[in-house]
Amino acid sequence: MTEMTDDTLKIIDRPAKSQLRDVWEQFSAHKGALIGAAFFLFVVLFVLIGPFLWLYDPTFIDIRSRNQGMSFAHPFGTDQLGRDIFARVMKGGQVSLAVGITAMLLSLVVGTGIGVLAGYFKRLDGPLMRFTDLFLALPLLPLLLVIIMLFREKLNGTFGPEGGIFILMVSAIGITSWMQTARIVRGDVLALKEREFVLAAKSIGTPSQRMISRHILPNVLSPILVSATLGIANAIITESALSFLGLGFPPDFPTWGRLLFDATDYMQQYPERVLWPGLAISFTVLAVNYIGDGLRDALDPRIRGR
Amino acid sequence: MLIFTIRRLLLAIPTLLFISFIIFLVVTLAPSDPTANLPLTIPPEVKQKIRESLGLGQPLPVRYFKWLWQFVYIEPAHYLNQAFGFSIDTGQRILSWQTRSPVMDIISQRMPQTLWVVGTSYVVAILIAVPIGVISAYKQYSWFDQIGTFISMIGFSVPTFFTGVLLIVIFSVHLGWFPSIYDTTHSVTDWDSFVVQVKQMIMPTFVLALANAAQLSRFMRASMLDNLSQDYVRTARAKGLQEKTVLLVHVLRNSMIPVITVIALGIPNIFGSAIITEQVFKVNGIGQLLIIAIQGGDVPTVQTITFIFAILIVLFNLLADILYGVFDPRIRYD
Amino acid sequence: MKHLKTLLLASAASMVAASGAFADGHEGKRGRDGEVKIIYWQAPSILNSYLSGGTKDIESASMVIEPLARFNEKGELVPYLAESIPTVENGGVSSDLKTITWKIKPGIKWSDGTDFTSEDVKFTAEYCMHPEGGCAQSAKFDGVDTVEAVDPLTVKVTFKEPKPVPYAAFVGGQSPIIQKAQFQDCLGAKAPECTEANFGPIGTGPFVVTDFKPNDVIQMAANENYREEGKPAFAKVTFKGGGDAAAAGRAVMETGEFDYAWNMQLAPDVLAKMAEGGKGTPISAFGTLVERIEMNMTDPSPDLPEGERATAKHAHPILSDERVRRALSMAIDRPLLVEIGYGQAGRPTCNLVPAPQAYASDNTGCLTQDMAGAKKLLDEAGWVPGADGVREKDGKKLSLTYQTSTNAVRQDFQALIKQWWQELGVNTELRNIDASVFFGGDPASPDTFQKFYSDVEMYANNFDGTDPEQYLGQYTCEKAPKPESQWQGENINRFCNADYDKLVEELGRTGEISKRQEIAKKLNDMLTKDSMTIVPLVDRGRVSAAATSLGGVVLNTWDSELWNVADWYRKK
Repeated sequence: MTEMTDDTLKIIDRPAKSQLRDVWEQFSAHKGALIGAAFFLFVVLFVLIGPFLWLYDPTFIDIRSRNQGMSFAHPFGTDQLGRDIFARVMKGGQVSLAVGITAMLLSLVVGTGIGVLAGYFKRLDGPLMRFTDLFLALPLLPLLLVIIMLFREKLNGTFGPEGGIFILMVSAIGITSWMQTARIVRGDVLALKEREFVLAAKSIGTPSQRMISRHILPNVLSPILVSATLGIANAIITESALSFLGLGFPPDFPTWGRLLFDATDYMQQYPERVLWPGLAISFTVLAVNYIGDGLRDALDPRIRGR
Repeated sequence: MLIFTIRRLLLAIPTLLFISFIIFLVVTLAPSDPTANLPLTIPPEVKQKIRESLGLGQPLPVRYFKWLWQFVYIEPAHYLNQAFGFSIDTGQRILSWQTRSPVMDIISQRMPQTLWVVGTSYVVAILIAVPIGVISAYKQYSWFDQIGTFISMIGFSVPTFFTGVLLIVIFSVHLGWFPSIYDTTHSVTDWDSFVVQVKQMIMPTFVLALANAAQLSRFMRASMLDNLSQDYVRTARAKGLQEKTVLLVHVLRNSMIPVITVIALGIPNIFGSAIITEQVFKVNGIGQLLIIAIQGGDVPTVQTITFIFAILIVLFNLLADILYGVFDPRIRYD
Repeated sequence: MKHLKTLLLASAASMVAASGAFADGHEGKRGRDGEVKIIYWQAPSILNSYLSGGTKDIESASMVIEPLARFNEKGELVPYLAESIPTVENGGVSSDLKTITWKIKPGIKWSDGTDFTSEDVKFTAEYCMHPEGGCAQSAKFDGVDTVEAVDPLTVKVTFKEPKPVPYAAFVGGQSPIIQKAQFQDCLGAKAPECTEANFGPIGTGPFVVTDFKPNDVIQMAANENYREEGKPAFAKVTFKGGGDAAAAGRAVMETGEFDYAWNMQLAPDVLAKMAEGGKGTPISAFGTLVERIEMNMTDPSPDLPEGERATAKHAHPILSDERVRRALSMAIDRPLLVEIGYGQAGRPTCNLVPAPQAYASDNTGCLTQDMAGAKKLLDEAGWVPGADGVREKDGKKLSLTYQTSTNAVRQDFQALIKQWWQELGVNTELRNIDASVFFGGDPASPDTFQKFYSDVEMYANNFDGTDPEQYLGQYTCEKAPKPESQWQGENINRFCNADYDKLVEELGRTGEISKRQEIAKKLNDMLTKDSMTIVPLVDRGRVSAAATSLGGVVLNTWDSELWNVADWYRKK
């Protein structure tokens, strides 16, 4: 997770310093985005480092202390088997965030790849955009449900129940959410192709591969970054929705969606049990969306500084 | 424009055929078994017989073409027969494995409640989203914008299954204002029954509307921001037009163009995303039908509903493009 | 056969508070109490029990179509459309046990006003026994040779072999009588085409279907031709389906929107909290459903070639030792499992056949956890603790895979049992498989419960009616699932014992009831406490919820829950 943030920073590093500062100033003017970024960082540290500092094992059953409320020993209480909810929320967060980020990366790679290819090579534009339209025309949620039914057992057999469902979730969410990115990136690439510096680079015979990596990609970064943040939010929500419909991770495997689903039955006796995973999902997604909003404002010169 | 529309319609046919094949493959290859939910007291030999009677033994292409033929010929012919008293020779209609009855009949039975809830929520969402988007954009970074942004962020950040259950606990269980279970047999005949209908629709409509309004208002805001910085706005102001006129006539009209297409594009999607809300509030509509069919391994039903969704998406995409052309004179389709 | 009556009378005592079934002040005109609203969280798909074996479909249909006889809440047979229960004494069952003759109550009419005759009964058999119909209840007609309509009120069923217990066809909610006039064009492959008949069967029951929306809601009205004066008390029924158990319970016990909710599979404290709502109460009763752990007697190792894996060719390397199986059972604290998973709806059991009382063995040895004893037993068996706490023998680790279907309570059980076994020094790997795959009989899938590619697995099973002969008969050597039989077969553990097979055969020949009970108990013990092949955990009852204002509800686990809906009324 931390590697991911490092990466993004490095990528932003590449353009001229002044532009970066400009973007940063704009971004930090967006208070929501700033708070969002801080919160997201906090959540990431919480789920990654938390388990090392917290002594309870999320799967350890202590039957004598089940259904406890919030206390010093169990800040979030315990569940019906006496497992520590604080530990489970941390563990669940690892999975939910991992699903969110991996699925986002997958959809980003596919979306950017298709978008750049379609925008840059005229021959590929028609077929690739037809292909994108085809995907856009698929009813995604129903299909997602069916895909999960279809491949779950097979992947479980190969990668174990957790690994299998993780791969399945990530790829299912990834391959059903890349289309918007592809469209936006293609549009930007088409516009870039007419710009002088690209034409100049072309005239000196720069090979396509180099053109794309040196001149095109760095300049379509801003829509990609915005898609990335929205992608994380979307993937986290989708994962929890699937868990809610009983098609996500198995019951003994905590994720935020799963914890929330399991707790809804107990909502009246132990409202805090619904509250923690619910808040974790909502606030994380909120934070990510705010970051995206801030990035959009900061990176779009038309909106900037009005 | 007409030629454009016809060309797009013709192009849609191969797309849809391809989609139908993908859907068929995905659904058919799923390892679900229509007899898996039967009690264990029913012996395996009997289960095997049931599977055979459902036609599960036939080869894949036969099943695909049989279903396609049923969908594109028999079903429409059946409706023509019913509506106009034709007597086109039809064969077996698409039968659901769970109910052993025509899938289309069940779908049309489910339509009203889905349309009521989903339709109303979409209208409500638009009514909320447009003003919020306009004001947020006009007063960018004002407290209204901040709060509006915050609320719409919450709208699409908090999952509907969380808000739904929360609302049920508060308003059905504690306050007892609204029913927790949607009554599909209720029919509106007079004022009182209308009130009952409104009461049972409030919660699911609100949950869906909140989620949809959030996205729409963001779009509206972005579109307004785009237009507010255009030259024509400055010109209009320079001419000495009232700020109200500039905003509501010039900017709003131009900003609505992309938003209208977004609204049109969103319509088929909300049928899909209403699945969860329908599940939470027991609105036994299309979404719930789909979930039950998926759980029960009812291949013909899953296939038919997903394909109908695909048709809706393609049609509304086309509609969005046409609307764009109608509203924006700069766009010409040749 | 002469003990039949006593047996049936003595069968399982129901826990239901059958309050006020005969209380005063609720008699009167038909339809006097207005509307009753029932909610099933699984929605009925069809109202023809022969085309769907689902409980939801059978129970909703049971309000409309009726069998000749039913089981009551004590597991006794009571005549419904028949005048009496045929027995050997009253001459209804021939002394060679090959025929049974049912006498129909005179004057019964279908809801459309026509007479109910023996032709309808005969037709019902024809309908279900049609080879192309895919009848879900054809097992009920197993061994039936012919069904004759002797006269309009007499039906004679002849069996191919002597049947000591001939009460399967036309008995109980699964096997109701359908009207010949309505279904005569729907035989065999045409059965699914008769949508109208399947959605609105004409019946003899207390209600008639007025509107059926599949997988959603059924509306019914009182049957004007119902045979009993002044019944049913309700003029209308709304039968809603869909949602989940929690929502259904909430609607009955907290908001009072519905009068009756079926099968509250909820955590005990959730249920208790809902009951505090005061608008309704949970009611429970016990049947024969037992949640159990099945031990694999054959080697499921993936190293074996396909076709030999989990077959009788290779005995299980660990679980073949009876001491290991016993130790695993001893380490389980069953009362705690009940408390966590089922509460009021469960009780710990050591029996495969926990009811009827007369068939249940007095086997209570497993009810208290004995960790020390279990450890000692494993020591004796040569499994000694290794360095990492996992027991070893000849360099092999005591490590098991434990699979079940995906279900919140089952995963809780898995986690608990895993922890106990860990304490014992047994390493357990948990797996859960989607129910539609686990219980779906796809021979190509490696994850079905029949294939049993795992060391132990957990699920629940029960038997129809009150006689366990067929149920216990599932564990004979030849019924083991194997590749040759497309992995079909009910002997999931591949248990194989010649003495057992012989005893099952003897049971099939025995007509005397007390003798049958004795054999059944012996068979039960051979599978459970003697060999620990099957490790029963919880006797799972049924919990439903009824509004406090609803009278006459008697929860019945031996037949449809709505078996006596004609007697329901509104308390004033």
